[in-house]
Amino acid sequence: MPRNRVSAVLGSSVPRPRPQPFPSRSRSTLRRRAVVGVLVLLSLVLITISFRAGSGGAVHRVEGAGATVLRPFEVAAERVARPFRDGYGYFASLVHVKRENSRLKQQVNDLRQKELLGQSALEQNRVLRSQLKFIDSPRFPVDYTPVNTRIISWASEFVQQVVIAAGSDSGIKQDTPIVTNYGLVGRVTDVTGSAAQVTLLTDENSAVPALDQTTSANGLVRHGQGQGSLVLDFVRKEANVKEGDVIVTAGTQSKQYPSLFPGGIPIGVVTHVGQSDTALYKQIQIDPYVDFSALDAVTALITNKRTPKGP
Amino acid sequence: MPADIAKAAGLLFFVVVVQLSVMANVDILGGHPNLVLVTLVSVSLLRGAVFGAVAGFCVGLLADTGVFGTLGFTALLLTLAGYWTGRYGETTGRDRAHAPLLSIAVITVLYQISALVLRYMLGEPAPARHIFAALAPTVLLNLILTVPIYALTRRLLRPREWVTREVRLLG
Repeated sequence: MPRNRVSAVLGSSVPRPRPQPFPSRSRSTLRRRAVVGVLVLLSLVLITISFRAGSGGAVHRVEGAGATVLRPFEVAAERVARPFRDGYGYFASLVHVKRENSRLKQQVNDLRQKELLGQSALEQNRVLRSQLKFIDSPRFPVDYTPVNTRIISWASEFVQQVVIAAGSDSGIKQDTPIVTNYGLVGRVTDVTGSAAQVTLLTDENSAVPALDQTTSANGLVRHGQGQGSLVLDFVRKEANVKEGDVIVTAGTQSKQYPSLFPGGIPIGVVTHVGQSDTALYKQIQIDPYVDFSALDAVTALITNKRTPKGP
Repeated sequence: MPADIAKAAGLLFFVVVVQLSVMANVDILGGHPNLVLVTLVSVSLLRGAVFGAVAGFCVGLLADTGVFGTLGFTALLLTLAGYWTGRYGETTGRDRAHAPLLSIAVITVLYQISALVLRYMLGEPAPARHIFAALAPTVLLNLILTVPIYALTRRLLRPREWVTREVRLLG
């Protein structure tokens, strides 16, 4: 540009043109807002459909397809991570190993005595049942076929749910009880051909009819205040529940509300019993046998025996 | 651009699988590190709002299907997280060294609170006390993860200014 032309422009009182937005920039802003708007709308529509559909319909099939695609990758990732997790668990457990060893030795002695008593009671029970020709509902564990499977993914910290690597193809159905060697874990709340969602006992929506093995006091096991803790609720004040009592599933006790779980599955041990003048029931805290933060392999209990239903 | 999409898709798919099968069960001092969120924020910072929003939506949908969750729940939260971080990266956060750390800290807090509110609105379990107690350790763990994850993502998806500068120097 020639020098004199610049000075002429600077010296004059030419009005400045109104700044116009770059067309490409305004277009890009519009595009950006449109994209995010569409995505948010789509998400809200999906939430609505998913929420209304429950555990059926097209959305469930899409979820099932997604879970099937992810499954092999999740299994592979879990297998790769397992040695590291086991290694961490090994070193972490060394901290308490001595104290735990002496506690376990004491426990072994107690259990040895109880086992002897239990064996004779079991035999006596078997004989009496056969003499009475007793008609029973499915019993744990004799009337159940175990399907052993692995946990392949975990939900967020909000919900106590896991996904297992076995589904309806292996005979798992909605409400199938899930256990480990230690005790009750939860129940199946959603199932596809190759995977199933398990809602843990520690979830807010879980509730299991249970009883004190020593006193037969009935109650409902629900999630407690802390993460992974449980409480036995609705136990009458007259019931003589003590610390150290074992809590097991009660099975079906009311024909109006049949239990989803067979009776006799261990849940945990009573750690605290309290009661106040104002509360209607005892406040009982339970230490679950299952470590819900370190679940790895679980067993689905499948039965072909019909669960009796009230007329 | 297609190469960027392929790289980001591969990275985010891998991260979702790791998060669902390994990281979701990790509990350190009560906190739960969120690898998906950290990676998404890193990608969004480097590639902008639209890329971040679309990536967030796809990743959220994948995560929802993987855990039989409410379809669209995580997608909604991650779309907004990706969009907001992308905008921050395009405007104020550009060329600032603290941008990833600041974004992660803010987004983690907003994500946890938004998820809590959304769950409450949907009538699902929303343990507010537990979430607020775990907020500080979760932010800390996510910040620790940010350093290597952002470095890896930056290596994979080089900032666009670098590419332009290299073209200019060569030209």
